[in-house]
Amino acid sequence: MHSKQDKRPTLLWIQGVTCNGNTHSFLNLPNIDQLLVKFRLLHHPSLAGEYSFEDMAACRFKCDILIFEGAYDPLMKRGGVLLSKIVEHYAQTAGHIIGVGSCASFGGMFKASAPERNSGLIFNEEIEYGPLLKYKSKVINIAGCPAHPEWISYTLSMIAAGKKVQVDELHRPIELFSNLAHHGCIRNEYFEWKVDAVAFGKKEGCLFYEYGCRAPMTHASCNKILWNEVSSKTRVGTPCFGCTEPDFPRQNLFSTKKNMSIPVDVPIGVPKRSYLTLTGIAKAFHIQRLEGKLIDYKKTD
Amino acid sequence: MARMTKEERRGGIISASLKLFAEKGFYITTIPDIAEKVGMSVGSFYNYFTSKDILAKELVMYISEYLGRKIRNINEKDISTERKIYEIVSMYFNMANEKPEMIEYFLRVYLSNREVFGEGCEGMICVSPFVTEMMILFEEGVSSKDLHNQDFFSAFGLFMGYLGGMVFLFGEKILSEPLEYYKESISQNIYNALKTR
Repeated sequence: MHSKQDKRPTLLWIQGVTCNGNTHSFLNLPNIDQLLVKFRLLHHPSLAGEYSFEDMAACRFKCDILIFEGAYDPLMKRGGVLLSKIVEHYAQTAGHIIGVGSCASFGGMFKASAPERNSGLIFNEEIEYGPLLKYKSKVINIAGCPAHPEWISYTLSMIAAGKKVQVDELHRPIELFSNLAHHGCIRNEYFEWKVDAVAFGKKEGCLFYEYGCRAPMTHASCNKILWNEVSSKTRVGTPCFGCTEPDFPRQNLFSTKKNMSIPVDVPIGVPKRSYLTLTGIAKAFHIQRLEGKLIDYKKTD
Repeated sequence: MARMTKEERRGGIISASLKLFAEKGFYITTIPDIAEKVGMSVGSFYNYFTSKDILAKELVMYISEYLGRKIRNINEKDISTERKIYEIVSMYFNMANEKPEMIEYFLRVYLSNREVFGEGCEGMICVSPFVTEMMILFEEGVSSKDLHNQDFFSAFGLFMGYLGGMVFLFGEKILSEPLEYYKESISQNIYNALKTR
């Protein structure tokens, strides 16, 4: 139990309809102990806190920072208490409310499974809707399926330091979400010259044209702040699914939707006409180095 | 008489050379022929284009930009894809009537002398403005559910091959009617082949 002199902000992590993915992600934060020492952890589903699950569900305390994981279902009960009552109780007095993951941010995967019931805290996809609209100025959405542990760490550290977290129109921290997942992708040269990947999991080729990669249309810093400090989806040859955007999950995640062979979606802010012009020119050239396996290009016998 | 600007003289060379290439063929037409037709010395001609091959590529870009602008104007109209197809067919046939040298050049020089258009005109580079607009037409057609989804080149070949073929027949004086007569039926045939099923 804390001492009376403990002035650290209090932190509560509660869950709605969730797969626990964001909790798992957070537990992979390499410096999690250094981060958590900045807070008094009141309750967390997987970490030892000051209060039990029953205490949390009975609304027996208050918190400075409320973290909510999962989609919001107004009819769901936790510990026999309606989630709506629990969320309202803690949100009312919290200074900051953080929606971790795409379900808490926009409804995500669990909204897709029950669209008539589930939503995010203040958004239903990109439409403002949800139980905490009246507290929306306090809400920060760390979108992602799951949210990157470093993004959670950044947001909590900023709050602990008393700094304001600037957010975009979907309440995502702009420091993390002004980048596109495309930025820092090691396949960018293939994107420039329009060389397609021939299969998943290969080092060569771009996954945008055939394999559904959403990185040029997705606000995220996955290729700037790497996962587990070493990698990302596109680095290992899997397409970005656009999981930080409100329209996640889309259909057919592994294939690019095209009309008459032309990608329906082009990089954010690029006029389709300009994109097609550039693509037509780039495709006219054949860059031998980019057409085979990288390790074979200069291999000697 | 006011002195012509450099841009006007360049335009004059483009116009004269298009006509000569279309009438006499690319290889038979010489730079002195072109210079004579525009009333300049061969030396002056080289101030504008340093070789016949470079002029040939510039001409394709000129035609492609001209066609691209015309199709873009149609693409940007708030009309159905069926109507856009009619307007493009109409524009193309009008061009074959009013500026036959442009279409002739495209069919008889660009498509028939590929060796001239290697370096600098690889792939679709020199016809990019025109092809881009055809892409926009098709993509928006599918997006608005007017056209069915298929490979771009299947649709592009059907559209342009058809128009090129008709203009060729017209140029050979084989058609019994003027091009105008075929606008409606041909645009309808193209639309029927491409429309949503």
